[in-house]
Amino acid sequence: MQDFEYVAPRTLDEAVGVLSKHGPAARVLAGGTDLIVQTRENRRDVSVMMDVKHVPETMELRLDAGGLTVGAAVPCARIYGDAEIARRYPALIDSASLIGGIQVQSRASLGGNLCNASPAADSIPTLIALGAVCRIAGPDGRREAPVEEFCTAPGRNQLAPNELLVSLAFPAPPAHAGAAFERFIPRNEMDIAVCNAAASVTLSADGATFVSARVAVGAVAPTPLFIRAAADALAGQPVGAAAIDRAVEAVRAAAQPITDMRGSAAQRRHLAGVLARRVIERAVERARTA
Amino acid sequence: MSGKTHVTTTINGERTEFLCEPRQSLLEVLRDELGLTGTKEGCNNGNCGACNVTLNGALVNSCCVLAVETQDAEVRTVEGVAAGDHLHPLQRSFLENAALQCGICTPGFIVAAKALLEKEPDADEARIRHWLAGNLCRCTGYDKIVRAVLDAAAEMRRAPAGA
Amino acid sequence: MATTSKPQYRVIGTRPVRPDGIDKVTGRAQYGADIRLAGMLHGKVKRSPHAHAVIKKIDVSKALALAGVKAVITASDLPEAEDKVQSLGESSANLRELSSNVLAAHKVLYRGHPIAAVAATSAQVARQALELIHVEYEVLRPVLDVREAMRQDAPLLHDGLRTRSSGGASERPSNVAAHTQFRFGDIEQGFAAADVIVEREFATKMVHQGYIEPQAATATWNADGQLTVWTSTQGAFTVRAQVAEVLRQPISKVKVVPTEIGGGFGGKTVVYLEPLAALLAKQTGKPVKLQMDRTEVFEATGPTSGTSIKMKMGATKAGKIVAAQAELAYESGAFPGSPVVEGSLTMLAPYDIEHVLLDAYDVVVNKPKTSAYRAPGAPAAAFAAEQAIDELAEKLGIDPLKFRLQNSAFEGVRGPLGRPHALIGHGECLEAALSSPHYNAPLEGPNRGRGVASGYWFNAGMRSSATVTLQPDGSVSLIEGSTDIGGTRASLAMQLAETLGIEYDDVKPSVVDTDSVGYNDVTGGSRVTYASGMAVHEAGLALQREIIERLTKHWQCAREDIEYGDGTFRTKDAAKQGTFKELAGQLLGRGAGIMASGSVQAGFGSAALATHIVDVEVDPETGKVTVLRYTAVQDAGTAIHPSYVEGQMQGGAVQGIGWALNEEYYYDDSGRMANSSFLDYRMPTALDVPMIDTIIVEVPSPVHPYGVRGVGEVPIVPPLAAIANAVYRATGVRQTQLPMSPRRILETTLGIE
Repeated sequence: MQDFEYVAPRTLDEAVGVLSKHGPAARVLAGGTDLIVQTRENRRDVSVMMDVKHVPETMELRLDAGGLTVGAAVPCARIYGDAEIARRYPALIDSASLIGGIQVQSRASLGGNLCNASPAADSIPTLIALGAVCRIAGPDGRREAPVEEFCTAPGRNQLAPNELLVSLAFPAPPAHAGAAFERFIPRNEMDIAVCNAAASVTLSADGATFVSARVAVGAVAPTPLFIRAAADALAGQPVGAAAIDRAVEAVRAAAQPITDMRGSAAQRRHLAGVLARRVIERAVERARTA
Repeated sequence: MSGKTHVTTTINGERTEFLCEPRQSLLEVLRDELGLTGTKEGCNNGNCGACNVTLNGALVNSCCVLAVETQDAEVRTVEGVAAGDHLHPLQRSFLENAALQCGICTPGFIVAAKALLEKEPDADEARIRHWLAGNLCRCTGYDKIVRAVLDAAAEMRRAPAGA
Repeated sequence: MATTSKPQYRVIGTRPVRPDGIDKVTGRAQYGADIRLAGMLHGKVKRSPHAHAVIKKIDVSKALALAGVKAVITASDLPEAEDKVQSLGESSANLRELSSNVLAAHKVLYRGHPIAAVAATSAQVARQALELIHVEYEVLRPVLDVREAMRQDAPLLHDGLRTRSSGGASERPSNVAAHTQFRFGDIEQGFAAADVIVEREFATKMVHQGYIEPQAATATWNADGQLTVWTSTQGAFTVRAQVAEVLRQPISKVKVVPTEIGGGFGGKTVVYLEPLAALLAKQTGKPVKLQMDRTEVFEATGPTSGTSIKMKMGATKAGKIVAAQAELAYESGAFPGSPVVEGSLTMLAPYDIEHVLLDAYDVVVNKPKTSAYRAPGAPAAAFAAEQAIDELAEKLGIDPLKFRLQNSAFEGVRGPLGRPHALIGHGECLEAALSSPHYNAPLEGPNRGRGVASGYWFNAGMRSSATVTLQPDGSVSLIEGSTDIGGTRASLAMQLAETLGIEYDDVKPSVVDTDSVGYNDVTGGSRVTYASGMAVHEAGLALQREIIERLTKHWQCAREDIEYGDGTFRTKDAAKQGTFKELAGQLLGRGAGIMASGSVQAGFGSAALATHIVDVEVDPETGKVTVLRYTAVQDAGTAIHPSYVEGQMQGGAVQGIGWALNEEYYYDDSGRMANSSFLDYRMPTALDVPMIDTIIVEVPSPVHPYGVRGVGEVPIVPPLAAIANAVYRATGVRQTQLPMSPRRILETTLGIE
């Protein structure tokens, strides 16, 4: 592994200061399960490894009436270890308990998974479906960005070199809402998703009509896709095969998959449809029993 | 080239100090600087579990942790599982169930299974398999490993006071 | 019907804890990478990025100049190698090719082929030095597919390689190193007599043994020219021979110390790092250690062949298989020597088929040189043959196990090499499978199927030696040379305890270096419990004779007057007696040491047969195969330690599951393995497989004192076909290509590609 300096700032300002000073040569270390491996394999060039786990805002996990705040460096295991969060945001648990294995989940964070910006990331479709907002700090202060705009290309995100993702903010789930995430892998654990999908739906009080929805699919495009057309196909429609079929069609049409060692383009397009259907149906189930 | 960092940490209950470069993983430091070679390198990228240790009680791949991150933390390795001459129930169970053949993955499995049973003493076969999915074994086909963990869990539930 | 009673053993058949177990569960056991010596340097290997290229120039000057670098070697530092063949156990190596594989001289033949090696004060400096080694290549077009490599217009790996066949050598150079034919009966007559014929083409991909421990070796020289090498290996003696040959050193100057080994499966019988460590240690005057990383293990050790098999089989409507014909082409990687002949010999061995024609082709391609992988050659061949058999059974409306039973080979029937089979237990395995709880449990539900398959593997005999020494407290130390990968310290100690009539805990086995024990062939070939067991048995009998000899003086009587039984030596008139322990103390208290040895060149043992049953469910939307239930039936002859026999059966079955469902070398067009990590080379995890039920059948081998048959390899032979047969029943589509990945299943069932 190349040599680098290790710094562990104690405040957000300090952290932003390090990034401002070193620019792209500095990388943010949260769980390290991607970054350390990439650095070792010379896929990322790092001169300064900045450990943010001592910055309180990145390790915050707060559930309140307004919703959920997940610090960017909070390990997945802390998220699914919280019974109340698990109850209110089961889709988040779907994702958090699937990234890597137990050992990875002890360290890997949603923020890290998002910033790593793999098209196949197992958290990002869920973040999109839940309408998460990215809270970002920079030398000029704070800003927010919708999570569906965060990834810009495989492995790239919209952060400037002197910016830091601080936390993710999730709105409180409305009544009669449910969400789900699923991924397809050849084994039962440990694989990068061949395709994954998440959906959140809000239903009418009697559970018979879609009020609104958000559908996102991963590993079928350079970034995880937020498929508005799928949501449009559901909104206002009776819950049933007709609407879901149209949403699934929209997902398949939006997918631009490639063929690589993990899957073929045709397989991915097919799976996008299969998984979209499954997560919409599960989201409906959860909405009805919520 | 970065200078070396002086790290103070606790390993298997003992206060330990070492010098290392920031780029060195905890796995590297355990094996090469501290002579604790029980923790093994199988893949060096977080996919096989042979390097498992616990860090502040959480099961981690030590190949994906920088040694400098262990400052003021608590690390437990396979060398700290037995209490002196007394094997941990998991270690005894692995032996009695013939749950090892070449033994290279065994330290990782022992550390991982111990972390599971301390958290979930009633773990059943499905949960054990799920928890251990990050530990690769190529010799046993996992059957006897799972049985060994189930047996150890039963023993530990009967006598929770200790090894 | 006469019943033969199974011998009542005291120790054999029990399940004691293995003697090296505590060290392994506490992390104290020393594996290859755990060796550390004072003043040790660290080595790294520079490897070719190209799959096929001519080396024009290597410039190591900048690497040598880097602070901390103590030596850099290339092929020019290796002595000229002899063009001769060295046996390695179940495969063999041409020494010139072995030397070229250790360090490439003129051409690089696969991505990962070593070009140079560096020794430096730290691994980090060594890695940096690699970047400073500049190599000029003339890149050539690689050939990566076995059928393509066989074509006239394929790029040639070796200008001097001619196809060897019974007709001599071919005129023109070729990538086909050898064509071997096996012919019995009259194949045309056979197919003419068949009422049903099936014919298909099969293909499998290169796969790796997947041992969790990467190779590691450390070497040091004494001032008197004595070389010591510590290495993780299946055979210290074969390493000694290979290192001595590659470095042109006398055997007496080379000592190999086998460390504990973290898995081998045939992949740790060939040297990769040892000669490099030795050369670097010689040049630097310091111990040098090299370790591979996981990518190097995948790209530059010895995976097993991808294959292309054309299979045709015919049977009468009465259910007799009358003809079988196959053409098998196996990749051997960069140099000749795939296990295509072994595959050919085993594929039909469980059956009595009159007319057979097999054409086997050994083909070089631009991939790493293949090495043995557990029953080398057999699994892929069984993937073809056992599916053909399944298809015939289905067309004839006969239960697949019963069809196999009515066509089974048995003692006296012509075996694969033309000689009659010795006593084998295929029929017994099939009967056990037929009456097993698994086979009699109905499989219900959509998208589910059950498949069966059989498999055959040899028992290598070969050479083993052991020395036993009586200790004053009545314990016996057992010095042996078979590295312990799967519990053989225990199985050998148990056989010695049985032979001597003492307790298992009173035997202290040690696996020692090449200076300290007589010759031992590799731990592999399913041979250790079998052949090393024979050596241990002989040593035990010799020790007993030695003790009795000593007693003639101690008791002042004749040899014929002394008998031994139930742990007690006594004179026939019972005037004098003593237990083994008591006499040990007395005899050693006043007399010289008492020791003995055993050394065998065991002939081929009696073969091992296995039959597996598997239930699968296939998700029709995703193509994913889930293994619901698995039962492995196998003839172990006599199970010395049943837990370790079960362990071999379970481990082999799960390797087979991985090979069948997800494992493959995924190459891009340039000859780069794209998935050279445990992330994308997908071996089964604990969550991917169920419990593997085992049924041990015992048809004792007539050639071993305790009836042992080797068990380590045959369990990987049936799974590929058993799973394919199950997937066929679940989906109606026959899978002729491996792996049966979800992608492949979707292609073949839904046409998604």
